[in-house]
Amino acid sequence: MAAQVFAYIVHKNGVADDTALELVSAARNIFPDTSPTAIVTGSGTDLDGVCNDLAASFGEVWKFDHEALAYPNAEAIRKLLMAVLPADAVVLFPHDTFGMDLAPGLSIKLNSVFVSDAAGFEGLDGNNLKVIRQEYSGQVSTHLMADISAGAVINVRPGIFQPDESRSAGGQVVDKSSKIGDLSVGRRFLEVVEAEAGDVDITKEDILVSVGRGIEDQDNIEIAEELAEAVGGVVSCSRPIVDAKWLEKPRQVGTSGQTVKPKVYMALGISGSFQHMGGIKGNPYIIAVNKNLKAPIFQIADVGVVEDLLDFVPVLTEKIQEGK
Amino acid sequence: MEILVCVKRVPDTAENEIEVNRDGSDIERDDLVYSVNEWDNYAVEEAIQIVDKVGGAVTVVSLGDEDSEEIVRREMAMGANNGILVSDDAFEGSDGKGVAAILKTVAEKGSYDLILTGAQADDGAGQIGGMLAAMLDLPYASVVNSIEVVSDSQLKVGREIEGGNQELNEIGLPCVLSIQTGINEPRYVGIRGIRKVASVDIPIWGAADLGLDASNVGQSAAGVKRVDYFVPEFGEGAEILEGSDEEIAEKLIDLLKAKGGIK
Ligand SMILES: Cc1cc2nc3c(=O)[nH]c(=O)nc-3n(C[C@H](O)[C@H](O)[C@H](O)COP(=O)(O)OP(=O)(O)OC[C@H]3O[C@@H](n4cnc5c(N)ncnc54)[C@H](O)[C@@H]3O)c2cc1C
Ligand SMILES: Cc1cc2nc3c(=O)[nH]c(=O)nc-3n(C[C@H](O)[C@H](O)[C@H](O)COP(=O)(O)OP(=O)(O)OC[C@H]3O[C@@H](n4cnc5c(N)ncnc54)[C@H](O)[C@@H]3O)c2cc1C
Repeated sequence: MAAQVFAYIVHKNGVADDTALELVSAARNIFPDTSPTAIVTGSGTDLDGVCNDLAASFGEVWKFDHEALAYPNAEAIRKLLMAVLPADAVVLFPHDTFGMDLAPGLSIKLNSVFVSDAAGFEGLDGNNLKVIRQEYSGQVSTHLMADISAGAVINVRPGIFQPDESRSAGGQVVDKSSKIGDLSVGRRFLEVVEAEAGDVDITKEDILVSVGRGIEDQDNIEIAEELAEAVGGVVSCSRPIVDAKWLEKPRQVGTSGQTVKPKVYMALGISGSFQHMGGIKGNPYIIAVNKNLKAPIFQIADVGVVEDLLDFVPVLTEKIQEGK
Repeated sequence: MEILVCVKRVPDTAENEIEVNRDGSDIERDDLVYSVNEWDNYAVEEAIQIVDKVGGAVTVVSLGDEDSEEIVRREMAMGANNGILVSDDAFEGSDGKGVAAILKTVAEKGSYDLILTGAQADDGAGQIGGMLAAMLDLPYASVVNSIEVVSDSQLKVGREIEGGNQELNEIGLPCVLSIQTGINEPRYVGIRGIRKVASVDIPIWGAADLGLDASNVGQSAAGVKRVDYFVPEFGEGAEILEGSDEEIAEKLIDLLKAKGGIK
């Protein structure tokens, strides 16, 4: 079967997100010969830049320009998509906070299957699409069979499908703004409040000693601080540490925290969820200390220590201090 | 305000190593420690705090086997007023839509101003809240990290988006919200709290009680079917350092020096 594939484009300040081209690769993992259609919604001149940049990589770029779309409101965009998508459309979103907001409900309204956070596709068997997902914080994976005969809405994990710059689709920008109907919503966007800056800027540090839930207790943060001091780095953390209020939000690494670019990243008691790893750029040397060899962090790290960090890290710190 | 909170019983990934069972049909469930999905605890706490401020009642509902009763009871010990267990063999193998369709009938049996779910559960899907809202034709907001009651018919909610920025929205009631961790500090539940609700009656509703046609839920109705569990082949993976703690530390120090990890 050859359903039409659509990719929703996240963009900001006139630039498409990295996920835009990742979705093209994801689409070709499902249908090898497809040239998906990009859906770009927004308002004003920024939009043209985004559309033109994408045209080469997509079969077509559908532009929807409307004041009410200036900020991406999932409810408004859902209405728009329901009006313009063909019945058996396969629609791809990045699995980010916008995709989480829009896609599950869209699948209900389109009466098609929903697959969340897809990490791989293993081909079509008739109408059945075989999908790989990770569960239990990535400790195990699972194959799902999704019946896409009535279309599908699929959220694709960011960072998995590498863009293939070599293939050009040579598409055109098509202004579909006239198809926009009623965009009234029950949830009205007010404003974005930017995250506060902290006492240290972890985005500028070369060496990060990062702690996760494996640190177990607030008092143990000291262990990481001592190591950070010994190596001349700074302490950062995963989200649960901020949720517990053990460290300040500006220390959080990840998609809903800071994006860091250190030379060396030490992950102490961090499982390696994609939302955490999504905040680490620039291909640093990653050292993982975790007592569970199955933790996904060991698939990403360069070197691993399978130990209780509460025992191991103080030994490491002491040896470093001795050597100085 | 009448608030319904959906809670799921999940294996605690902080406490357990999750393994695939012998034939790959499921994870190894013997000896697993279960708890309330982390996100759902925040949702229940938020509901209790709202009711403390503006009045009303909190009802928690869990869909699962009879063991899920313990988490309903735990959330009642936190302060939820009512608990419901939804359980029926016919529900087994439901996909996300099946779960949402079942929870929809639960929501419709009551009269709720606000329905809360967690942002995601152990499957990492983050799908139930958005599906439920669409099925009920209610407005929805995901990854909510602040709720302010503006009036009987309106909330101001913050969504935690990329970069930790907060997107503020006005949303009409009734509505569905999925709650992000960190929105509050869930209260501690002690043994005494659990004891207080030990004998509270928790009704169990099945397909018939909810007026659900068994052929519309469960495995047969699922458009998404789980085939198997597996452990992915290790790619290159990390080089695991071996030896005593001292030996490993020394190897690590050499590597750190080489990579600029010691100033
Ligand atoms: C929309 C959204 C955005 C998110 N954004 C972020 C984000 O920006 N940043 C972020 O970090 N997370 C984020 N998350 C949360 C993310 O999904 C994970 O829940 C989180 O990253 C897990 O943190 P962790 O690795 O510290 O904890 P866990 O996953 O609980 O891992 C703890 C690890 O420590 C190990 N361990 C336990 N005890 C010890 C010990 N004594 N010694 C050694 N190892 C030990 C365990 O084996 C385990 O692997 C987000 C989630 C959502 C839904
Ligand atoms: C034995 C078994 C077989 C399964 N077979 C399939 C299958 O064939 N196909 C398939 O797609 N899935 C299958 N599942 C997964 C099941 O459908 C999921 O539980 C479902 O998708 C909802 O959970 P989630 O983790 O996706 O929820 P998410 O959308 O990630 O959870 C968000 C929120 O929804 C609420 N919520 C979720 N589940 C419940 C619940 N049970 N009770 C109350 N509130 C809840 C909670 O508030 C939660 O925080 C199976 C599960 C089991 C245990």
